[in-house]
Amino acid sequence: MSHRRAGAEATAAKGWLRAQCWLLARRLCQLAILALFLLGPLAAVWVVKGNLAYSLTLDTLPLTDPYVLLQSVLAGHLPEKSALIGALIVIIFYILVGGRVYCAWVCPLNLVTDLAGWLRYRLGIKGSVHVARSSRYGVLMMTLLLAALTGTLVWELVNPVSMLQRGLIFGLGAAWTVVLAVFLFDLFVMSRGWCGHLCPVGAFYSVLGKWSPLRISASKRAACNDCMDCFEVCPEPQVIRPALKGAGKGVGPVILAANCTNCGRCIDVCSKDVFTFGLRFNNPPGNGVQTATRHATSGN
Amino acid sequence: MFPEKNHARRVPSRAENAPALARRQFVFDSARLLCGVGVLGLCLAGYARKALAKPPMAIRPPGAGPEEDFLGACIRCGMCVRDCPYDILELARPESLVATGTPYFTARSGPCEMCEDIPCVRACPTGALDHHLTDINKSRMGLAVLSDQETCLNFLGLRCDVCYRVCPVIDKAITLELRPNTRTGRHSMFLPTVHSEHCTGCGKCEKACVTDEASIRVLPPRLVKGSLGEHYRLGWEEKTRAGGHSLVEDKGIIDLPDRLPEGTTLEGHFDPGSSGLPERIPGRGPVLPSLPPGLGGADTAAGSPAQSPGGALGRRLSREAAR
Repeated sequence: MSHRRAGAEATAAKGWLRAQCWLLARRLCQLAILALFLLGPLAAVWVVKGNLAYSLTLDTLPLTDPYVLLQSVLAGHLPEKSALIGALIVIIFYILVGGRVYCAWVCPLNLVTDLAGWLRYRLGIKGSVHVARSSRYGVLMMTLLLAALTGTLVWELVNPVSMLQRGLIFGLGAAWTVVLAVFLFDLFVMSRGWCGHLCPVGAFYSVLGKWSPLRISASKRAACNDCMDCFEVCPEPQVIRPALKGAGKGVGPVILAANCTNCGRCIDVCSKDVFTFGLRFNNPPGNGVQTATRHATSGN
Repeated sequence: MFPEKNHARRVPSRAENAPALARRQFVFDSARLLCGVGVLGLCLAGYARKALAKPPMAIRPPGAGPEEDFLGACIRCGMCVRDCPYDILELARPESLVATGTPYFTARSGPCEMCEDIPCVRACPTGALDHHLTDINKSRMGLAVLSDQETCLNFLGLRCDVCYRVCPVIDKAITLELRPNTRTGRHSMFLPTVHSEHCTGCGKCEKACVTDEASIRVLPPRLVKGSLGEHYRLGWEEKTRAGGHSLVEDKGIIDLPDRLPEGTTLEGHFDPGSSGLPERIPGRGPVLPSLPPGLGGADTAAGSPAQSPGGALGRRLSREAAR
């Protein structure tokens, strides 16, 4: 790579650990969840039973994937109480912390697509098929419609997300081919293709977290030096601009877009500490407006 | 009509045309999305049809409904797999013909042990395994079929009986039906016979079958079970139901014409369905009515065998015709 790597400036300014801490925390979380699921089958310590579709923690706490359950309901089946309670808990959790926290902090396929994204960046692979990021909502509607029309969980026959997680716990079989396909697709065909454009699971969770209070905020956006590192590392870079550059337009600093995954990587790579985790209510449009108006005035 | 004709060469600027361009873009983008997603959906629906093809190895845990319902109700969480104390259940892998992620078991390697508390059903969070099932003997996981009479040892005249002995619903789901062994002429054959009314499909018979490839197998009932048709009434069952009275009046029984090769006449054979009852066949003995024993005709034949001039053949034919 000829140009400097994203995050190099932050590493120099804040030290390696502080420039990686959210990424490390996220990987730890993803792996810890997987480890909890694997503890049963591998070490016969049954903290968690089941998989992400439905799990029972310590034989008491039910957690259900509301997306799978919704498909099942649309297919015409009314679930038992435990599945409904589990779905309710999960829905409330993601409404609070942000729906796509599932994608960044829980989903095991994120490890695969992040690797593809990182490799794509490091190898300097250019060129990407253009598909609108909103396509995922089309795919989401299609999966729900198919469930309703066929009366079976059609999407779950091919869903790479559930296939990978279930496969790791219950036996992978040929599911690795599907995972490899997603990896290669992201690497060579479409930048951030699966998670950022097509995955209906992420689309579903983004709807859940549309109004979530926990958000990333560009609270010190006045300090932004336009290094673009946050755009480089962000899996959904379109969500940053309105918040980071909205001071002149009277837009507050909180990233309100539902597709922000709350991964916190922008916090890591920013040498000026522009981003922080915060609440959506703490969103004064006047934040950083002084510098912005000065720029605007000089522009005129 | 074209007020700007004089300025025909003037092309509207991009800014003027912005709404129209945006509209165009929106229509094309929507069409693209719709087509792409539509094609994907069609492929998926086609693939799903394959999963609904009801593969013979899809033997489900107890309480699973018909395959179509089960595939809409099961969320592939694997709780039943975890709570099976005998570890026989498995979630289907993508390369399997069984729908990806759904639980099934293979009777030949590990049959259902029929736990009385049915932990797999209790573990199911969606009720894809029906929680109303509390008596394991009422479960219908599959249906045993004695699929190969040529290799079944009992059908060869031996006394294997293993499938019968291991059956948890012995003497109900599998019975041994006695038939004369016509090969030796002096022994009985004990034919294992499955009764679908009681068979749970646990697969113990298939697991225990001693032949190299199981001669008795458990299959999804829909692949095996025939259906008689509602218009059939089994006279003997109707008779029991009616308290021993036949629904057909004995005397008024209808006798259809017996069919014989054209131009054939059988000595001493009389067929009341074809013609009226003659007193005697001219020059011969008394007639043999083609009525079964107990319905008038056979009494005559059986009662006066000596008088029957048709001899043994005539008697046999008349009996056969009566069947």
